[in-house]
Amino acid sequence: MTSLDALSPGGVPLTIAERSAGDDLSTGHALILENIRIDQGGRPLMSLDTRIAPGEVLTLMGPSGVGKSTLLAYLAGFLAPAFTGQGRVLLNETDLTRLPAEARQLGLLFQDPLLFPHLSVGGNLAFGMPRKAARKASRQTTRKARDKTIEAALEEIGLAGFADRDPTTLSGGQRARVALMRVLLSRPCAMLLDEPFSKLDASLRHEMRSLVFARVQRLGLPTLMVTHDEADANAAGGPVIELGAQY
Amino acid sequence: MRLFSPTIRTTPWLAMALLSLPVAGGLAGVLAPALGWLPALGGDELTLEHWRTLVATPGLADMVRLSLSAGLASALISLLIVMLFLGAFAETRALALVRRLLSPLLAVPHAAAAIGIAFLLAPSGLASRLVSPWPSGWDTPPDYLFPGDPWGLGLIIGLVVKEVPFLLLMSLAALPQCQAQARLRLARSLGYAPLTAFAKAVLPGLYPLIRLPIYAVIAFASANVEVAMILGPSTPPTLAVAVVRWINDPDLSMRFVASAAALLQLAVTLAALGLWWLGERLVASLSRSALTGGRREAGDRIWAGAGGLATLLAVLLLGGSLMGLVLWSLAAWWPFPAALPSPLSLHAWQGALPGLKEPLTQTALIGLAATGLSLVLTVGALEAEHLRNHGMAAWAELVLYLPLVVPPVAFLFGLVQLQVQAGLAPGALAVILAHSLFVLPYVFLSLAESYRRLDPRWAQVAASLGHSPASLFWRVRLPLLTIPILTAAAVGFSVSVGQYLPTLLMSAGRLSTLTTEAVSLASGGDRRLTAVYALMQLLLPALGFALALALPRLLMRHRSGVLNP
Repeated sequence: MTSLDALSPGGVPLTIAERSAGDDLSTGHALILENIRIDQGGRPLMSLDTRIAPGEVLTLMGPSGVGKSTLLAYLAGFLAPAFTGQGRVLLNETDLTRLPAEARQLGLLFQDPLLFPHLSVGGNLAFGMPRKAARKASRQTTRKARDKTIEAALEEIGLAGFADRDPTTLSGGQRARVALMRVLLSRPCAMLLDEPFSKLDASLRHEMRSLVFARVQRLGLPTLMVTHDEADANAAGGPVIELGAQY
Repeated sequence: MRLFSPTIRTTPWLAMALLSLPVAGGLAGVLAPALGWLPALGGDELTLEHWRTLVATPGLADMVRLSLSAGLASALISLLIVMLFLGAFAETRALALVRRLLSPLLAVPHAAAAIGIAFLLAPSGLASRLVSPWPSGWDTPPDYLFPGDPWGLGLIIGLVVKEVPFLLLMSLAALPQCQAQARLRLARSLGYAPLTAFAKAVLPGLYPLIRLPIYAVIAFASANVEVAMILGPSTPPTLAVAVVRWINDPDLSMRFVASAAALLQLAVTLAALGLWWLGERLVASLSRSALTGGRREAGDRIWAGAGGLATLLAVLLLGGSLMGLVLWSLAAWWPFPAALPSPLSLHAWQGALPGLKEPLTQTALIGLAATGLSLVLTVGALEAEHLRNHGMAAWAELVLYLPLVVPPVAFLFGLVQLQVQAGLAPGALAVILAHSLFVLPYVFLSLAESYRRLDPRWAQVAASLGHSPASLFWRVRLPLLTIPILTAAAVGFSVSVGQYLPTLLMSAGRLSTLTTEAVSLASGGDRRLTAVYALMQLLLPALGFALALALPRLLMRHRSGVLNP
């Protein structure tokens, strides 16, 4: 894992993935959760009202069953029918609540890397990249540019030359890094992390934490992390909200 | 891509319409002539005369009795075998092996299995040759009536052989839904012997989940035509076979009686289902005290032995049938007590080849069309569940089983009458649509489980990366489900290949497929040619399954995550 050393934050010029991730974001958005309340079958499950500044990582902690993951599902736009949610999700002034999941531009990172098994490693990264930016150019140059971005992105996470590999041949840590890069290449305006480190073993967990938090801070992405590992919260360095079994 | 969501949302309704309208219309189309009204044939007044003719038919009571007993007995025996097998072999390697063999077994067309069994168990069949002249002492074929024994035993055997794999498959799919493993382990830890644990802890949860498939089995067995034509008695035959004979009677006025008889068939099938339902109540109330009586062991060894024996017997029957078919197709000269024909020759195959071309193409084309249509509707209906964010309503599942529970002979004949009345030409299109009625439910049942169980996070990842529902469908869901979709297609294709009645009725006998040819050959005397057609009937679905197995392994050989999810 020597390649990860090159990824440490601070003083490094913007990487390819970051540059493609967009100058339009340089102003930095804040993620505002306005009077969010989630009910389960008419009974209140949890509520939250907060603001996450650009580059800030807000950690939500609490025992399982208090609705942490349900909250993320509501924010991302796939609340299960058993729940009802109210309150607004805003990126600066843009109300995301009425938008379908695919238009919210919220980067989602699960505890499993969930690399699509029917695509190659490079294909997974390409899957996350937006298309419209390159509409003007001819198809061939577009494709070349995308391939170049993918190769550069893989190099950044120490996986140069892995584009054609079958994701199942990767190690756990390699998959986690590809998953992170896939989200970043999709140019999210904010990040939602659903216990992203809980399935990694101890040494990898440390590396992934610094990798994720460095990226998030440098790109100025407001980030909401759900976890029940206190070390995650400490590493994030941001505010922490403890959710108890309220009702 | 704007069209994606509305298109997908309409497919469940299209599927429902395809399944329910022909059944309802067909029943209406048979009701009117049964009451004397069929202007195309000069029937323009309502009368009960045709019912009187039907009731006066000699042997009608025997026909009804045969249909009822074959339906109930074969379902009961099949259910017993499946439950004993599951109880005795739950959580063993044998189960995993059987699970893998199931789909190909299901793919064996009914007619082919029936022909194989007839060849195996007939007086001059493979079974009696193997015990002759020693130890049986038979120098000439023994004198017993099989197939076609008056009690319908041959028919019941033929039905059981085909129903066991189907019920087994449905049960295996249902077991995880009723937490079978946890229930079994709990009961075992409380000191219950394996089979008793299965019967007392798992069965009460499993049975309600496989009730509809069982009803489909009873309905099929009580109304089936081709198995009864090959293995059932002929004077009198089962009611469904009699209906087909009347339909094909050159005297067109017999169609009125046929209509009345088709409705009677519906009543018989409903009666069989009603009797079974009463039996369910009875067993439930009788077993209530036994369930909690605390007895840890109730003849476990004997029942497990019976289960093993029955399974072995079923395997031997199927294997022997297949062997018999192969031998007959290669036989030039095969006098009675000889266990093997000698010499072996390809004569029958060579002779059959020119005639095979047309039925083979017809079968393949009809099968591909019906499978394609069913697959599109099934995938659309399942995708609609995702779009609407909730699963299928209970009534929709009943509609799915409609063509499997209403006797085909009743509603298909009604459709033929409507076709005649409307002046539509019978032909390939009508046959394809009629096949789809039976292909669609199986394709749906085969695919639904995998489609619904696909990890929802794949969709969430794709959406959060900015992909629309349409893009998610084409670029994520379909590729991830390549293997289940191809398997469902193979199942659907095999169902279509095996269809006899829809082809016969909807084409007015003008289209010949492998199955219609095999069934009509089976009633003749040429065993060699019959064997060739029965084997071709087996070969085509087998080819489908081989493709479903090999294609993804070839095309996605560098994507092991799709192949071994």
